[in-house]
Amino acid sequence: MGKRIVIIGGGTGGTIVANLLAQGLRTEMRRGDVTVNMLSASDKHVYQPGFMYVAFGRMQDDEIIRDQRSILDSLVNLYVDPAVKIDIEGQTVTAKSGRSFPYDYLVIATGSRIVPEEIPGLKEGAHWFYDLQGAKKLRKALKEFEGGRIVIAVGVPHKCPVAPLEVTFMIDDLFSNSHLKGKYELFYTYPIARVHALEPVAHWAVKAFERRGIQYETFFNIEKVDPEKKQLHSEEGSVIDYDLLIAIPPHKGAPLIEDSGLGADGWIPTDKHTLTMKGKENVFVVGDTTNIPISKAGSTTHFEADTAAESLICLIKEGCPGRRYDGKVFCFVETGMDKGTYVWFNYNTPPNPGEPSQMIHWFKLAYNRLYWLSARGIL
Amino acid sequence: MDAAINTSVDARDSYCPGPLMELIRTMKREPVGSVIEILSSDQGSAKDIPEWIHKVGHEYLRTEEKEGFWSILVKKAK
Ligand SMILES: Cc1cc2nc3c(=O)[nH]c(=O)nc-3n(C[C@H](O)[C@H](O)[C@H](O)COP(=O)(O)OP(=O)(O)OC[C@H]3O[C@@H](n4cnc5c(N)ncnc54)[C@H](O)[C@@H]3O)c2cc1C
Repeated sequence: MGKRIVIIGGGTGGTIVANLLAQGLRTEMRRGDVTVNMLSASDKHVYQPGFMYVAFGRMQDDEIIRDQRSILDSLVNLYVDPAVKIDIEGQTVTAKSGRSFPYDYLVIATGSRIVPEEIPGLKEGAHWFYDLQGAKKLRKALKEFEGGRIVIAVGVPHKCPVAPLEVTFMIDDLFSNSHLKGKYELFYTYPIARVHALEPVAHWAVKAFERRGIQYETFFNIEKVDPEKKQLHSEEGSVIDYDLLIAIPPHKGAPLIEDSGLGADGWIPTDKHTLTMKGKENVFVVGDTTNIPISKAGSTTHFEADTAAESLICLIKEGCPGRRYDGKVFCFVETGMDKGTYVWFNYNTPPNPGEPSQMIHWFKLAYNRLYWLSARGIL
Repeated sequence: MDAAINTSVDARDSYCPGPLMELIRTMKREPVGSVIEILSSDQGSAKDIPEWIHKVGHEYLRTEEKEGFWSILVKKAK
């Protein structure tokens, strides 16, 4: 019998792994020696970084959503049938339809999701742009905003660690060039001792905050929101008044992970170099759902997917494990409406962001379109 | 002697989100009274973590410097 690979999750990580496997194992897959089955919760693929642009009316649904089948190599079998149980010992995944998918190798790429309901009052009192519906609601709120204090509050843990800063600078650019100039103030809160996890980014961002007159408070972990009084409370004891609250809600992994007993809060204990689930060499974990202490980002996911796919191809063709992941992360950072910078780092190399420029901003906009090539495993 | 450690988080070589963010994430799901160890190779975090523990009102137990990294112990108090 041929080797069976099951991939759970048709997002960034799962799709890149599937397409790279189809490229690297084309002959084996055509002969039927290798089967790749993908289980996806949806028949659509969503480019999540687009949500931030949706909030500003700069991207539309059609640009960020495609049919999953259309970006998947035809050799990959797609089942739009969410996984409900992973049986690691029995090497089988059960889908919602009741169908079982036995595997020799499993790739888990079920991502992360926001859980605003975990903070009292957050759902009622806050806006966010971490899902499409929230981004559209925020777009409306920004359009209707008539002035006052906008608070951007960051929860733990969350994906795309630069998005909160980006959105702050973009709002400031938007409103400082409008009739609202002088009628609004921005207030940014962050859970740790500085305004961003990456020290050089924090250093640069504080200077930009001071230049733009953006207020901030660090060591601020959201405890609760009082939507009646329009107040935000921190676990550290402060209270901030707001007129418009934009929160980055805390995240969890997919319910499937906890339901299958694979990791608290849906984060799977994963070897940071081999990307296999701890203690299980035939189970690869990529993207947001790992518990590796690095940024949960599409770029991280992409580099991890490259590593996992190469390892799987190597295991199947040569019987040897492939390359090791070095912790590489690369993130574009919008520093306003028309400038951007980028930052990259890995387990051994600290980040060192460059001067913001218009060119990098354009490159990020270009990447918003190039993403579809990345997902196909071409870029 | 150290209190029995209930959970240990290895955040060495982590620039982003970094050791304190990993600790905050872990503390959220641990029960009150649980002792958490955080390993960090970042000098700044060795200072920031005890400061945050005091600020938020958990119980800071100790910091121990090892070879190229720090081990910090905290007890969840609320
Ligand atoms: C507003 C915003 C801005 C962002 N900006 C950036 C950025 O600028 N740069 C960057 O690098 N990253 C950015 N990201 C982060 C990036 O989108 C994610 O880190 C990336 O998508 C993670 O990939 P993944 O494959 O782990 O998960 P996802 O892409 O989320 O895919 C997970 C998939 O698994 C599916 N799934 C879940 N449960 C099941 C199940 N039981 N069965 C089957 N399928 C299931 C989901 O439906 C989903 O399709 C941003 C994210 C947001 C929300």
